[in-house]
Amino acid sequence: MILDLFIMNGYGLYVWSAFAFTLFNFLVLYKVTSKQFIKEHDKFAKKYKSLDSDQIILAHKQSTNRTFVRTVAHKI
Amino acid sequence: MLSIITEKSKKILISSRFRNLIFILFLICLSVGLFEALILSPQDYLQSDSVRIMYVHVPSAWISLGIFSIIAFLSLGVLIFKNKNFVLISKSLAPSGFIFNLIALVTGSIWGKPTWGTWWAWDPRITSMLVLFLFYFLYLLSWKIFEKNKAITISSYISIIGVINVPIIKYSVDWWATLHQPSSINVLSESTIHSSMLIPLFLMTASFALFSILIFLMKYNVELIKVKNKGLDRI
Repeated sequence: MILDLFIMNGYGLYVWSAFAFTLFNFLVLYKVTSKQFIKEHDKFAKKYKSLDSDQIILAHKQSTNRTFVRTVAHKI
Repeated sequence: MLSIITEKSKKILISSRFRNLIFILFLICLSVGLFEALILSPQDYLQSDSVRIMYVHVPSAWISLGIFSIIAFLSLGVLIFKNKNFVLISKSLAPSGFIFNLIALVTGSIWGKPTWGTWWAWDPRITSMLVLFLFYFLYLLSWKIFEKNKAITISSYISIIGVINVPIIKYSVDWWATLHQPSSINVLSESTIHSSMLIPLFLMTASFALFSILIFLMKYNVELIKVKNKGLDRI
């Protein structure tokens, strides 16, 4: 049964390599994007930490900034 | 009105809760889809088990076409309304569209070997998909080599010109004699594919669509936070 699943009537190599290629690309794209995601959030946290209280009030006027601050709160 | 919609959609797009929900849905859909595609779905009477490649090849092709069409539509909006959010959305959609196009080409080539006896043929459907791949490449390249304002204009024109290729891809199997089989799934007429194969195909399509949404959300966050980082420098 399990061997049949791998062999797939002689088409196993084609089927499994197509699925493996797809999932490998998913993994690479996810890893690359999450690396960029973490890098930019870290940069935001670092910059936000360096602001003084007046600048923080100014930055907080934008709702997008408030959302990002909540996301990186553990790093600030 | 447009700015209200933009602001509200922006809040959803950067919400981590929404992103996590999409990620969980993707994992569920992919697990069930893979089980259906590799184990439960039947063999084809002609192609035997090689037909299972369809479950990764067809959804990838559909999604890469869909994403490019959205990019072109938004690019038209960028040129007409100068909406910056459209720019961010288009730019964030492109990487997943590019990867899905690559998957469609490679898995199609893998499927071609046992079915047609060749890895590659200069067939209208395959060639037009390769042309789409080149348009995706040029779109992404334009963001790498030009400064921001120039890249917005050039990438918009690339996608608008490139979208002419989308109906060519769709109808290439009807217009020309090709190796590629005609469409088995039709919106307007009855599909020629059995439900035992249609269910895994739709499950895999749903999971691929959820993955592209997930990557889009992450990429959109990256692009938006880059803008905000520049904004913090100016305070």
